[in-house]
Amino acid sequence: MRHHTLYKIVLVSVAVIILLLLYQSATGQDFSALRQQMIRLIEAEVRETSLYLDKESLDPRVLSAMAAVPRHQFVPEKLHKQAYENRPLPIGHGQTISQPYIVAIMTDLIKPRPTDKVLEVGTGSGYQAAVLAELVDTVHTIEIIRELGETAGPRLAQLGYRNVITRIGDGYYGWEEEAPFDNILVTAAASHIPPPLISQLKPGGRMIIPVGSRFMAQQLIIVEKDTEENISTRQILPVRFVPLTGKH
Amino acid sequence: MAPIPRISILLASATGIAYEILLIRLFSIVQWHHFAYMIISLALLGYGASGTFLTLSRSWWKSRFASVFLVNLGLFSVSMPICYLLAQDIPFHPDEMLWHPTLLIHLLAIYLLLALPFFFLANAIGLALSRYSTRGPLIYAADLTGAGLGAIGIVLALFVLLPAQVLPLLSTLGITATMIALLELQAHRRRLLLPLLIIGISPWVLPGSWFEPAISSYKGLQQTLRIAGTRMVEEVSSPLGVVSVLESSEVPLRHAPGMSLRATVEPPDQVGLFIDAEGPTVITRDSGDPAALDYLDQLTSSLPYYLKQNRKVLVLGAGGGGSVLQAIRHGAYSVDAVELNPQIVQLVDERYAAFSGNLYSRPEVRVHIGDARGYSARSNKQYDLVQLPALDSGGTSSAGFHALNENYLFTLEAMQDYYQMLSPDGYLSIGRWVRLPPRDTLKLFNMAVQTLRDLKVAQPGNHLILIRDWQTSLLLIKKSPFNTEEIESARLFCAQRNFDLAFYPGILPAEANRFNKLAAPYFYQAAIALLDDQPQTFISDYKFDIRPATDNRPYFFHFFKWRTLTEIWRLSDEGGMPLLDSGYLVLIATLLQALVASVILILLPLWVLRRKQTGPQGSNKTGVFLYFAAIGMAFMFLEMAYIQRFIQYLHHPVYSVAVVLCAFLVFAGTGSAFSEYLAARLGNRKTVALAVAAILIFGSLYLLLLPPVFQHTLTLNDPLRILIALALIAPLAFFMGMPFPMALASLSLNAADQVPWAWGVNGCASVVSAVLATLAAIHLGFSLVVLAALGLYLVAYASFPDQNR
Repeated sequence: MRHHTLYKIVLVSVAVIILLLLYQSATGQDFSALRQQMIRLIEAEVRETSLYLDKESLDPRVLSAMAAVPRHQFVPEKLHKQAYENRPLPIGHGQTISQPYIVAIMTDLIKPRPTDKVLEVGTGSGYQAAVLAELVDTVHTIEIIRELGETAGPRLAQLGYRNVITRIGDGYYGWEEEAPFDNILVTAAASHIPPPLISQLKPGGRMIIPVGSRFMAQQLIIVEKDTEENISTRQILPVRFVPLTGKH
Repeated sequence: MAPIPRISILLASATGIAYEILLIRLFSIVQWHHFAYMIISLALLGYGASGTFLTLSRSWWKSRFASVFLVNLGLFSVSMPICYLLAQDIPFHPDEMLWHPTLLIHLLAIYLLLALPFFFLANAIGLALSRYSTRGPLIYAADLTGAGLGAIGIVLALFVLLPAQVLPLLSTLGITATMIALLELQAHRRRLLLPLLIIGISPWVLPGSWFEPAISSYKGLQQTLRIAGTRMVEEVSSPLGVVSVLESSEVPLRHAPGMSLRATVEPPDQVGLFIDAEGPTVITRDSGDPAALDYLDQLTSSLPYYLKQNRKVLVLGAGGGGSVLQAIRHGAYSVDAVELNPQIVQLVDERYAAFSGNLYSRPEVRVHIGDARGYSARSNKQYDLVQLPALDSGGTSSAGFHALNENYLFTLEAMQDYYQMLSPDGYLSIGRWVRLPPRDTLKLFNMAVQTLRDLKVAQPGNHLILIRDWQTSLLLIKKSPFNTEEIESARLFCAQRNFDLAFYPGILPAEANRFNKLAAPYFYQAAIALLDDQPQTFISDYKFDIRPATDNRPYFFHFFKWRTLTEIWRLSDEGGMPLLDSGYLVLIATLLQALVASVILILLPLWVLRRKQTGPQGSNKTGVFLYFAAIGMAFMFLEMAYIQRFIQYLHHPVYSVAVVLCAFLVFAGTGSAFSEYLAARLGNRKTVALAVAAILIFGSLYLLLLPPVFQHTLTLNDPLRILIALALIAPLAFFMGMPFPMALASLSLNAADQVPWAWGVNGCASVVSAVLATLAAIHLGFSLVVLAALGLYLVAYASFPDQNR
């Protein structure tokens, strides 16, 4: 009898372990499938919005980068299931992780090159930095909220993003020691564009700033510095919408 | 028959309305104002629900009126703080709801929790009305008078206490009302007074922190407090809002909207003032070193100072003093600063006197505490520059949330008032946040053109300059045409700072949309179209409502057009929702929810009673419904429309609401009490006929007479104008207090079991009509709201429920 009981316990334990392993790999696969689905959704949305973005599709490199980054690792565990839906998610401390569609557009708009050195102001969960890390040489990212910075840094390291350098502090003055940057992303809107950031932008470089609430980007501001260091901005809506139809 | 519990009803009603106003204040701090409005509107359906409950449970409570009345008052008192504390902890963020529709359940839970106290209170009053229905006029009088006193009481209380501190006070007042009711109704159970006393005191022994508002972590105040070294150093409260003062030792605030991209300077130290957790408006350090204030030259708002020397400047809405500082820096030798909130002035003047370089005590500065419209209506001074710095708080993220708020600063009449104060070469300068696609800036431009046309200015285009950067716009209106030097200076000013010229007299298409590029030169195109002789096609084709706001339709921030709804809805996956003006949609959502809930609350008792084969019989239920729905709506329509009229007259959004609301309710209460006397002589029906006739006469007379009366008495001092307002409100409100108790008395004679149902119908109608009145005012204006109310009184009269029907 005893033998039988032991035998049963072993058998059940093995079954449970196998099931757990299967579940884990299944959910792992699930996340990758969900990620692919997310990419297709972004592509479809971009086609819809092509008029405004001035292009039919995004840089395929941007999409592969987004297909590679495990977005679910950047959101609280209870939101893992929703990580690949095209929506922003709360990450605590009054902050959010942007909608994947907006992340894709922003990343595409700065035209990242493999040799680029990028500055990000506002690390948040670290997701945007991870996407950039797949595309550029190095990403320097600054977070003002200590709690966020303290989680994002180790998280990026753990996921193997060695080309992301994090720092906790005030992003207004940029990262003087590492300046200039090919591109700058400012994820937290300020009352004005900090002059030090403009001066740390390389001629020919681009800075991008989403403006809106934590859950919705109303418009994207692109600051461009031409080779003669003239500054101009472009303001684009992330959606295809013209305020007037008909002839005027 | 036991004595009528009039004093307890008066006190409980006072507490009830105070609680309602307090909830709006508290939820405006915790959440956002228009959501506060929606949440509280729906919670008031507790009144409708009580009608349903009392109808269904009539046979049960009939034999135990006194106990049920007391228990309801007690529950009302206890549930006020408890329900609020539970409701504010339910996580809810309006934007997030668009992405997570399941959050609607949270919203529903908030409504239900907050409806409870109103439900209990309405039960108590509805019970009394049903029990003593023949003395209904006296009970209704106590209810209305109490509400009137509560309205003024809460405003006074908010001057000395923080909103969260008022909450335990109201609970104690409610328990006091219960104790009085006990003495009024069941003096033999006096031994219950002690436990009630203990309950009444108990909120005061709880830790004060329990009542602190749990502010949404997405609001500006909470976000700023997360930054290292930032701390709240002071918090002051008034009915105008809670002002939180933030200092920062590590990361400066650096609030400088509209600063040039070519600026290399940084704003000096600033102190942030957050109002109801939103903002900031700032107080800037002036150490006496002019170089530290160089950033003031780099803002879009400094344009008028680069066109000519402006010696006499008026700043309307001075806040922490940024525009005043800018004027002084640019050589103004006389600055009148008008600010509504005395606590902000006091902060600049006292705590931050040295910090601000004694800004508000400088010899060239005079501070006037009051409303901008009131100041411009009464001032006979002339200014080189009148500035409306509308950029103080909010910012682009909260844009569109003010659609529901009446705003008398941006109406055609207001623009005329400002224009009249300009010296012959003076400028009116109005800044706005840039929203894309453009909305407010274009509405403002349209209003400027319209004002100039109304004033018979020959070529309006020669009097206008519009500039913008990526974030802000500035409109200059000059009394005389702009001359060549001024235009050259404006072009140079913009070129040096990367600002775009959107319009100036003689602008070339190539000059627009150069530095801050939009998909098309929207601002320029719109300006040209609006200056055209036929701007109507453009205005109607434009996807946002940019028609001028007027004093009759004072909704500057309403831009929503129904025909764009489907287009924007399709874009929601790409984040197109900010294109919608959520304030308006919240109003619609509130209306729909209130309608659905009302239909259920009104029909449920009828359906259940019919199945039981008992209950409402013997009278025309449609008539009863029509009557009580019509007077409920008409009362609210008139009250709301005239409150708006008097706000303009008394010139203060908070005091005038308090005074006018109190007067309306107290005079209506007096009318209700007097109707008993009239009814004894004329009968119920004739009393209502008299009341309706009087309401029609006064209501329509006021539509014609108020504007000239206001015009002629506008310059009188405050107490005199308040007296005039009271004298005008008294007769109208007096008669408005009669139709409800008269019909209730009549109903009690032939269908007494319908009394609680009628009470519920009236409660639902009040909620629905409050929302409808705002909606109607947005689209049609307040004059039509008054006319609709008068029509509804006629409908009511025609369906008066008496024995003959």
